[in-house]
Amino acid sequence: MNQLPPEPASSEITPEPLYNRRREFLKNGALLAGTAAAVGGGSLWLVGKRPPADQPEQPALPALGQTQLLGRFDTDEPQTSYESVTSYNNYYELGLDKGDPIRNAHTLQPRPWTVEISGLVAKPQTIDLDTLLQWFSLEQRVYRMRCVEAWSMVIPWNGFPMAELIKRVEPTGAATFVEFTTLLDPKQLPGQRSPVLQWPYVEGLRMDEAMHPLTLMAAGLYGKTLPNQNGAPLRLVVPWKYGFKGIKSIVKIRFTDTQPKTSWALAAPSEYGFYANVNPEVDHPRWSQASERRIGDTQRRKTLPFNGYGEQVAGLYAGLDLRRNF
Amino acid sequence: MAATPPRTTAQPRRRSPYPWLQPGVFIGSLAPLLSLLWQWYEGMLGANPIAQAQNQLGLTAIVFLMAALACTPARLMFGWTWTARIRREVGLFAFFYAMIHFLVYAFLDLGFDWETLLEDIAKRPFITVGFVALLLLAPLALTSTNGWVRRLGFRRWQGLHRLVYLAGALAVVHFTWRVKVDTSQPLTYAAVLAVLLGVRVAFWLWRRHTR
Repeated sequence: MNQLPPEPASSEITPEPLYNRRREFLKNGALLAGTAAAVGGGSLWLVGKRPPADQPEQPALPALGQTQLLGRFDTDEPQTSYESVTSYNNYYELGLDKGDPIRNAHTLQPRPWTVEISGLVAKPQTIDLDTLLQWFSLEQRVYRMRCVEAWSMVIPWNGFPMAELIKRVEPTGAATFVEFTTLLDPKQLPGQRSPVLQWPYVEGLRMDEAMHPLTLMAAGLYGKTLPNQNGAPLRLVVPWKYGFKGIKSIVKIRFTDTQPKTSWALAAPSEYGFYANVNPEVDHPRWSQASERRIGDTQRRKTLPFNGYGEQVAGLYAGLDLRRNF
Repeated sequence: MAATPPRTTAQPRRRSPYPWLQPGVFIGSLAPLLSLLWQWYEGMLGANPIAQAQNQLGLTAIVFLMAALACTPARLMFGWTWTARIRREVGLFAFFYAMIHFLVYAFLDLGFDWETLLEDIAKRPFITVGFVALLLLAPLALTSTNGWVRRLGFRRWQGLHRLVYLAGALAVVHFTWRVKVDTSQPLTYAAVLAVLLGVRVAFWLWRRHTR
């Protein structure tokens, strides 16, 4: 009746001094865990990366004709994934970290949208973007994009040649430059509240650069409406120049006879020039431009003069010292 | 009269009043590395994981370096003595993270391209100062043991380890020169460093004055 369970083996018995200190062990264990959590949590809070944001599905471009085979300007290199193209962006108006623009993209309202065309032009006008887009048939251009930070992508853009717009608005003979301006609205582009650059962002091209058949006004990528973080609803793409020339969310296009004062050249004139042609020979003062990492690759690759578009555009710069005019 | 209880053969070890402190700090200090490895494995480092890993590791090294430099001011200002018990450990972690930061740059970013590496170090000031900071930390890590304190003598050892102030300053300069335009984060660390060194100077002056 009164059977006791077998006694535990002597080896299993907790030694007495240890038994006496059991509370201390529990306390020390808890303090150890607490210290580890505090140090780990604190350091992760200081250095951790926030997880990438989900993004809404972009609608297909309505005005897009059937996707044609590779055109004469298209590269057949593997295209950078849609996910990378839309989640790794330099768009300081939507945040300074590459992952910020996609997170803050919702604050930008790309419709209704008007573009003001002004300056030395026969037909100055302020035009609704949807009307403007109906003037042209959108084409696909698969271009390399080389960032001044030594990384690159291959992106299928949808847009129309800048030259077609220029012909339509008829700049006067005096116009030698085109100046582009981004929307100025800190509510929609909250990064404009901090003075890292002079806002609004301004970019510019020489008239012959703007007229070049490679120069594209993009309203989409991958056959979809341009995501906000990529510069919706209308942006510039100049594939032989560093990415910062590709001004985003354009509201003004002005024809002028003086070289526009562009944002990066104003912020750091010794590091970023007006031309900003991709050039492996001319290093950024703080890093090399000789090679680049194609997003998705592990190995670096050599950077090509004019980002590989030398055959088409080198002639534009005959006689110009590209070392001085970087 | 009762005999004194027999002593155990081993000398009674003086137990630390905080036996949990050093192992706790050790485990917690591995968190940035484990989190990075996990994010890498899960593909959460974004489109350019090598650049992201480099940035995260560099920032982690600076955070640990600042924490190591905060141990003495914490004692001077608040009378805390426990910070002295973890100073070596935290400093070694700063060197550990700086070293992986450099290895990721040399091996993953440049891909064993020693020519470019040497050119970068020689030609690009922000890389030069970062590399010098790492070089300065190396002998400190090497001589961080009690044995080395004895071998060098405390005065000389202390003099050598004052190099950490220079390493901290160079690390912050490296960070500041590296960013494109927004220097707010590196300048925050520069301010932290200025406070940590300023407290030392203030106490040194005060002691000289009151002596």
